[in-house]
Amino acid sequence: MADTAPTALESRRRVVFGESDVADFDDQDLPTEVMPLMMGPSHPAMHGTVRIALEVEGEKIKTADIQIGYLHRCFEKEAEHATWTQIFPYTDRLNYVSPMLNNVGYALAVEKLLDLEDKIPERAQYIRVIVGEISRITDHLTCLAAGAMELGAFTVFFYLIKGREWLWELLEEVSGARLTHSYVRIGGVVADLPEGWAARLREVLGKVRVAIGDADKLLTRNKIFRDRMDGVGVIDKADVAGWGLTGPIARSTGVPYDVRKDHPYLVYDRFDFDVPVGSTGDNFDRYLVRLEEISQSMRILDQALTKIPAGPIIVDDPRVALPQKRETYNTIEAMIAHFKLIMDGLHVPPGEIYSFTEGGNGELGFYIVSNGTGRPWKCRVRPPCFANLAVLTKVLPGLFIADVVPTFGMINMIGGECDR
Amino acid sequence: MPVTFYSSKLADAVNWARKYSLFQYPFVTACCGMEFMALWAPKYDVARFGAEFPRFSPRQSDLLIVVGTITERQAPVLRRIYDQMCEPKWVIAFGVCASTGGFYQNYSVMPGADQVIPVDVYVPGCPPRPEQALDALVLLQERIQRGEGHSQVVLKQEKGFDVPLAAIRAKTGTGA
Amino acid sequence: MAKIVLDKLIERFAGGEILETGSQHGNEWARVVPSAWRQVAEFLRDEPALHMNMFVDLTCVDRQPAEPRFDVVLHLYSIEKKYRVRLMAGVPEKQASIATLVPVWPGANWFEREAFDMYGVRFEGHPDLRRILMYQEFQGHPLRKDYPKEKRQPLLRRLPGSV
Repeated sequence: MADTAPTALESRRRVVFGESDVADFDDQDLPTEVMPLMMGPSHPAMHGTVRIALEVEGEKIKTADIQIGYLHRCFEKEAEHATWTQIFPYTDRLNYVSPMLNNVGYALAVEKLLDLEDKIPERAQYIRVIVGEISRITDHLTCLAAGAMELGAFTVFFYLIKGREWLWELLEEVSGARLTHSYVRIGGVVADLPEGWAARLREVLGKVRVAIGDADKLLTRNKIFRDRMDGVGVIDKADVAGWGLTGPIARSTGVPYDVRKDHPYLVYDRFDFDVPVGSTGDNFDRYLVRLEEISQSMRILDQALTKIPAGPIIVDDPRVALPQKRETYNTIEAMIAHFKLIMDGLHVPPGEIYSFTEGGNGELGFYIVSNGTGRPWKCRVRPPCFANLAVLTKVLPGLFIADVVPTFGMINMIGGECDR
Repeated sequence: MPVTFYSSKLADAVNWARKYSLFQYPFVTACCGMEFMALWAPKYDVARFGAEFPRFSPRQSDLLIVVGTITERQAPVLRRIYDQMCEPKWVIAFGVCASTGGFYQNYSVMPGADQVIPVDVYVPGCPPRPEQALDALVLLQERIQRGEGHSQVVLKQEKGFDVPLAAIRAKTGTGA
Repeated sequence: MAKIVLDKLIERFAGGEILETGSQHGNEWARVVPSAWRQVAEFLRDEPALHMNMFVDLTCVDRQPAEPRFDVVLHLYSIEKKYRVRLMAGVPEKQASIATLVPVWPGANWFEREAFDMYGVRFEGHPDLRRILMYQEFQGHPLRKDYPKEKRQPLLRRLPGSV
C-alpha cells in the first residue's frame, strides 16, 4: 500500500480485521469456522437420492463426501433369482431416462454368451439402434431440462419436457409403455414397428429440433446461465483415465471416447455421425456436448429410418426366442418350447463376458457370469454414472455451495443406475 | 344447533380451500419421478388442479407425494420429513414401489411407504400414467372435502373439530 | 482381440504370478496370484506398449462352493490402443483381503468400497473403507450367495398394523 496517511476507511478495516497490514479487501477472508451441511437426500437438485455431506467455510466447500445408496434396489441379487428374460424389466429401471439403451446392452451381453451375435436379424438390429437413439435423446433432454430448471430457467424445462413427451408417445406405440419399455428380447425385439411410425418419428424429430433450437437460443448466450456454468466444475483431461470417466463427461474434457465409434456394435458402423468433443471440461462444455449429441442422434435416426430393411425381428431359434403364437397354439413342439422358455429360462452355456455399449452417461458395461442354468450366476452392471459421480469428490472442494447445483446436474447422475 | 350448522359450513369452506390449494412436497426418488415431471409439463398440467407449486420445504407444504422406491436407508429421512410437516397433511404414494414395494422384494427395499407413514391415496403403476396420477389427485381432493384424510381424522378425534377453533369462535361469537 | 496384452503379461511375470490366461467370446482374461495384484496392475498401466490407463470396473464374484471363494475381478482399457483385459484374483473366505488399487487409479475408491460392502472383501491400504450402498448399521454382506434375498434389517420401526 502507499505510504500516505491511512484514510478513515482503512483505519476502520484495521480495527475490524485486527490486522496491521490489509493489502486488499477482496483477498481477506472473513474468519469463519467449518460447518457441516447436508445436501439431500431429499433435495430438489439432488435428483432425489444422493446426500452430499459438505463441510463449508462460509460459502466455499472444503470437503464433499458424497453418500449414495439411497436407491439401492438390489439389481444384482434380483438378477441372480430371475430368468434371463425376466431381467429385462430390472434393466429398464437402471438408467430410467434411457431404458432402451440398458435393454439393448444387456441383450447384447447375453447374446455374446450364446454366440448369437451374428445371427440377430438385421431389421432387429436397426430397430434396436433406432429405439436406442430415441432413448438417448430423451436422456439428454431430461438432463438439460432438469439442469436448466435448477438454475431457474423454467421455460426451457417446459420446452424440453414437451419434446420428451412426443418421443415417449412414439415409444409407447412401439412397446406399450412410456417409460419402462422392456421391449428388447434376447435374439431381437418383441414386436415390429407399427404402420406409419417412421413418418410420425420424422415429424416428431422436426418438432424436437425446434424445441432444442429454442432452448439453445434461451440459454447458450444467456449471461446468467453462462456465469453460472462457465469455468465451474472443471474436470481435468488427465483425470478421465484414472477415474474411469466416460460418456459426455469425458468427451467434454477433450477425450474423444465413444463406444459407438471405437468399438462399433449393432449396425452403428453403417451410419455417418460425429462425436462432439469439448475442450475445457466445465459445466458449459457438458451442456454443449449434450445438446450437440441430440442433433447427432437425430442424424443417426434419419439415416436408420431410410436404410432399415424388411425382415424378421427376432432370431428363429426355439431355444432362445418364443415361437410364434400361431404355432404355440397349434403344434405341440412349439407349446413345449414356449413352456420351457418361460418356466426354466433359456439355457446360456457356462462362461463369462464383459460387454459394453454406449449408454446415456457413458460406457454401460454388463459383466455376466453364467453357470449353464436358466438364471445368471452373476449379472453385474458397470454403471457409468457411478464413476462419473466419484470424480465430484475431487471437483467440488473449492467451489461455492451454489455451484454444486449446476455441477451435479450436468453430471447427470441417475439414481437407479448409480445405486442399482 | 346454530354452532354445528355454521361450523359444518365453515368446515366445508375450509376444506374446499384446502383441496384447491395443495402445496406439494415431491419426495422423488426413482423412475416415477420422470412421470411426475411429466405431470408438471404442459401436456398433463397439474396446475389446473391448484396443486401446481412444489414447495421443497416440509414446513411449507401439506401434500407429501412419495414418488418412487423407498429403501430402508431412505425410511428415516421420509419419516422425518413427514413429521416436520404441519397439520393437516396428506400423503399420496405414487407408483407401485411406494405403495407395496413393487417387484422389488429384497433386503433393501421397504415394501411400501405406508410401513412408516400413513398414506391417503395409493397410485399403482410402474410408472403410473399421468392420467392415473391426476385421478389420484382428484380422489384425494374429494377425500379432503369430506374431511377423511388421515391427519384430518386424527385432528377431529383429538380436538373435536377439524376446523381451526379460532375461526369458529370468531364466526359464531361463542366462547366454545 | 488383444492377445498382445496376455503375451506381455506372461513375458513380464514369469515367476508364477500369472496362474492362467484365456480368451473367451472376444474377452481376454488372466488369473493372477493375489499377492501380485498391485504389481500386475501397475505394469499394465505403465507399460508403453499396452498403456492400459483407463480403469473400467472392479467387482467380486462369489464362486461358492469352489475354493478360493471370492474372485476379485478388474477390467482395464487402453484408450489409445483400444485393448481390454480382465484380471482375476482368487481370495479365500477366511482371509478375504487384497491390496488396494486406489494409488494406481483414484477411481477404484468407490468400486472397492462397493466390493467390500457387498462381499466383505477387505482392501488393504484403502483410505476410507466403509459401506457405500448399504447403511452403516447393516450386518452382513448381501451379495454373498448365503445371504437370503429377502432378509430385511429394518432401520426404522414400522407403524403398528403394517405388514
